Amino acid sequence: MADEIVLLSTWPSMFGNRVRVALAEKGLKYEYKEEDLWNKSPLLLMMNPVHKKIPVLIHNGKPISESMIIVEYIDEVWNHKSPLLPTDPYQRAQARFWADYVDKKLYDIGKKIIWSTKGEQETGKKELIECLKLLEGELGDNPYFGGENFGFVDVSLVTFSCWFHTYESYGNFSIETECPKLVAWTKRCLEKESVSSSLADPHKIHDFASGVRKRLGIE
Amino acid sequence: MCIKKGISAAIAFARYDQNIMGEEVKLFRTWSSPFALRIVWALRIKGIEYQTVFEDISNKSPSLLQYNPVHRKVPVLLHNGRPIAESLVILEYIDETWKQAPLLPVDPHERAMARFWAKFGDDKVLGSIWSVFIKQGKEQEEAMVPAMENLKFLEEELKGKKFFGGETIGFVDLALGWLANLIGLLEEIVGLKVVDGEKLPLLSAWMQEFGDAPIIKDNWPARDGMILKFQALRDATFAAASK
Repeated sequence: MADEIVLLSTWPSMFGNRVRVALAEKGLKYEYKEEDLWNKSPLLLMMNPVHKKIPVLIHNGKPISESMIIVEYIDEVWNHKSPLLPTDPYQRAQARFWADYVDKKLYDIGKKIIWSTKGEQETGKKELIECLKLLEGELGDNPYFGGENFGFVDVSLVTFSCWFHTYESYGNFSIETECPKLVAWTKRCLEKESVSSSLADPHKIHDFASGVRKRLGIE
Repeated sequence: MCIKKGISAAIAFARYDQNIMGEEVKLFRTWSSPFALRIVWALRIKGIEYQTVFEDISNKSPSLLQYNPVHRKVPVLLHNGRPIAESLVILEYIDETWKQAPLLPVDPHERAMARFWAKFGDDKVLGSIWSVFIKQGKEQEEAMVPAMENLKFLEEELKGKKFFGGETIGFVDLALGWLANLIGLLEEIVGLKVVDGEKLPLLSAWMQEFGDAPIIKDNWPARDGMILKFQALRDATFAAASK
């Protein structure tokens, strides 16, 4: 029986796009449903009643929520190709640690730069640079966070890269100047079909952010 | 009885195996951290011998800062000299390294749900309960709304089950275990019932069942110390808020 896979997401979401990257890495076909977060569908509310958020993966009718939990689920179920987590428990723990770090830090810091007052923006900018430099250090001289291969931590972070231009624009700084190795890594990831087909265009993200700022009365 | 014997045999073998291999397991913790307690429980359930290093948060040891330079927090598990930080990450590591008495289920969807509920506990439940604890009057009433909503989700999840893990204590029970101890303490300090046996009967029963399990019961931090600590934290929060 063929697997039925549905993804509820929004095109700019760095969380939703992680799932798209993972599905593409595994070569899986799925139905994509774009959600309007100002007017959530009954399906979304039914499939994620706790958080009412995207992304939600629905596999043969069963929902899974929280992006990195979904990515790990995809990796476990479709373990025949492109493993995202390593096999060694210690390396798996390190991968989970760094994906958790990205989750704890990047979105909230990014919010300070895009949706806040000037004072908070400066703080956000400093924190983002600190955060990205730490991640750059963790990458080291490896092509990917997963080592020789694109992996779990790469998935968790790469979807933020299409938001870099927006952070730079509102924060008035250059991420490439601060973290050249990290930006080189984003370009390397974009050479992969699974990544380039899943990430949004950075300029479209900027327009989107501008639209939300107007809606929130910031711009 | 057979299952108990099997588990005892597995635990005995694990201890033997450790001694032969010379495995070193160290846990950096504080006397009261609920996150570190999760690791104590997991190690005990699996029968793993370990050393404890108690940390003073106001004066962190060079070892802690070396082993967890990113967050500088407890718990940190050191296994054969290699550190792992973040309690839920440590729990998964323990489960993958020592296969006896599994904490996570086998089925991938059930595993995803277990991870989901553990994360829900940390991301939402903890913060919402804390809000009730550190507020007063009308603000406290308002804080009760999201707290109760969150607890109702947990109540739903317990339907037809003794523990979140089913018949035995599992990953989610360990992740939410702090509720079984802290709720009672906070209710006493604040003078407010948060987990009402009538409104949340399954959660109430679980708190009792989990709290009374031998491995759990023997490892709660000293009650008096906890009351003093949380009373002080509450007072400090009020003082800071009124400045």
